[in-house]
Amino acid sequence: MNGRLALVFAVALVALAALAFAPFYLGRYQIGLLIGLTGYVTLASAWALFSGPTRYVSLATVAFFGIGAYTVAALNEVLPYPLVLAAAAAIGLAVALVVGLSTLRLAGVYFVIFTFGLAELVRQLVTWYEVNVTGTLGRYIFMSFGPEQIYWQLLALMTITLLISWWIGRNRLGLALKVIGDDEVVATHCGIDIARTKLALFALSAVIITLVGAIQAPRWTYVEPGIVFNPTLSFLTLIMALLGGANRLWGPALGAVPLFLLFEWLSARFPDHYSIILGLLFILIVFVLPGGVAAFAERTFGQRKPDPQTYGAESALSRDTADARR
Amino acid sequence: MLEPIGGRRAPFLLLSTIALAALAIWPADSAAQERSSVKIGYAVSKTGVNAGGAGITTIPNYQLWIDNVKKAGGLEMPDGSRLPIELIEYDDRSSAEEVVRAVERLAAQDEVDFILPPWGTGFNLAVAPLFDRYGYPQLAVSAVTDKAPDFVERWPRSFWFLGGGADYTDALANLLVNAREAGTIGDKVAMVSVADGFGIDLVTAARESFAEADIEVVYDKTYPVGTTDFSPMVNEASGTEADSFVAFSYPPDTFALTQQAQVSGYNPKVFYLGVGVGFPAYGEENPAAEGVMSLGGIDPTNEANRDYRRRHHELTGQGPDYWGSVITYASLEMLQEAIKRVGLDREAVSRELSTGTFQTVLGETKLENNQLRNLWWAGQWQNGVFVGIAPPDRPGAATPRLPKTPWKN
Repeated sequence: MNGRLALVFAVALVALAALAFAPFYLGRYQIGLLIGLTGYVTLASAWALFSGPTRYVSLATVAFFGIGAYTVAALNEVLPYPLVLAAAAAIGLAVALVVGLSTLRLAGVYFVIFTFGLAELVRQLVTWYEVNVTGTLGRYIFMSFGPEQIYWQLLALMTITLLISWWIGRNRLGLALKVIGDDEVVATHCGIDIARTKLALFALSAVIITLVGAIQAPRWTYVEPGIVFNPTLSFLTLIMALLGGANRLWGPALGAVPLFLLFEWLSARFPDHYSIILGLLFILIVFVLPGGVAAFAERTFGQRKPDPQTYGAESALSRDTADARR
Repeated sequence: MLEPIGGRRAPFLLLSTIALAALAIWPADSAAQERSSVKIGYAVSKTGVNAGGAGITTIPNYQLWIDNVKKAGGLEMPDGSRLPIELIEYDDRSSAEEVVRAVERLAAQDEVDFILPPWGTGFNLAVAPLFDRYGYPQLAVSAVTDKAPDFVERWPRSFWFLGGGADYTDALANLLVNAREAGTIGDKVAMVSVADGFGIDLVTAARESFAEADIEVVYDKTYPVGTTDFSPMVNEASGTEADSFVAFSYPPDTFALTQQAQVSGYNPKVFYLGVGVGFPAYGEENPAAEGVMSLGGIDPTNEANRDYRRRHHELTGQGPDYWGSVITYASLEMLQEAIKRVGLDREAVSRELSTGTFQTVLGETKLENNQLRNLWWAGQWQNGVFVGIAPPDRPGAATPRLPKTPWKN
């Protein structure tokens, strides 16, 4: 078992090194693609970190993403860059704790609706503040570094996210989360502090998402609420994580990479029919890969032994609907 | 017992294979071929929240210009030969991330000769660093910003065509002062604005312009985007002693405010609204619009502009708006003429745009410090045409008709 683990780490390390050196032999357009890719892999992995095991479907991704971007826009001229990132993470953490404490008792669809509302709430608060206090809505970000630096930062964040995700999966915390996801009553009886466990994971996931927003913001030069609080981002993250499989370490990445490349290819080749084709593809995916790519890959290539702790091929979404029917 | 690791290797290997394969398959940059066309590309919001604005001010004018070039047999080069335009267009779906990537794709992947700018202040700023890094001239038309001089310094190949908020509000304050000195109106203004980029920039500028001109703002409310019920605002404004009503509004609000004022019988002596007043649908067939004021305007005696409006109507089935449309078209004519003078070298074209004088649908056009300053800062509907009234000393300026005629119900 340890030999295999070492092998996986070695392969991952080689892949990481190859990705880190990619900007030196790729064109600028490909670097732009890699920024998008690493950004979405990180977002989807961070989303799955909390939502995968607990099955709380969160649409608050863009709320934290936007907070990160806005913090950079507000502070980039007064603080050195590392401190700006730290401030973004701190604000993201604070918001996540407040939100988490007040809402993680909500279950199922109520939580989904609340998180969707949260993004809009944050957006309106920022707008209100800018309108009534500063008197301008747009903010400028003039940073001296190019896309390569943004890419390397995102790559580092992605690696950290995957490591955290791997660590939690092997840890008591991961086990506790799985129990919570399966049955909260049982979890309480096992002596698991449900509220604290969920809150910790929610905050961790939110901080990573905030940092993605903060790192990507300098690419836009100009930031206003309508630009950084675009709800599409929440939905894309969710779709990517679910397509890949939110309960696997590599699942969100497996959803994010092909979907992102597909979006890119569609918008380049079929700019006028993008939405129609995308809708049809989603329907097709749901029919062909209802359990997500990771589960499909495991069944097809991995000869994986059935694992009593997980639901195997079922996706978080289909289990949610099963819950709703109960 | 924890999950075995072996089962997780398969997805990881699959993932790496997909990623590497995708990067390998992704079309590599094609070698330069012998020139048989001029590649022109743009990414603009065909769908999403910005589609309304882009569909009126930007896209129809791009189409009209390309059609016009096609009919002329292509873009003329300095040696007199003509090359057809090869067009590459993308939809940015009103997403900043998408517009950045689409412009990057146009520059690095499609290697187009020129890129036409997207719609909107925010999007033009989002792509400005890319235009600059790849050396493309950026003819930013649909961007209203007071910071244009700073941007020109930062991005020397950027060109700004629509002025800044303070230009428009200074002109408005000046109009009100003139009317006050003529004894037509008092010095009180009621003002509302939409809580979004355009509304905030303009209302902030307006507070300053009005304060400088000793105009008293007795009512100052901001409303969120998407507001549909304007009756409280109109009623409160009509309850004040203000003779002038000013709204820095977006198209849906502009139409709703006009309707609400008519329904409530609110007849201020000056009725000035934001984006949407310049749409043909607002006033061309609608006698009630008589006397309504806004940003922009045209000189109705300009023959070239009249011809442009006719061609626009013929090709797209709709008339152009009275503010940004004609300027978008003029910016393209400038690009075309600059290419004719100096060829396809982007650096030379940028220099020519910056220093040259051009004959466009606006008349003789010349940029000052990469900005178009010869603009109509305010206009008014007069007999079914939205005519420019400020600056008053500009040739072709109409005389403002105040007080506005009461609504005809």
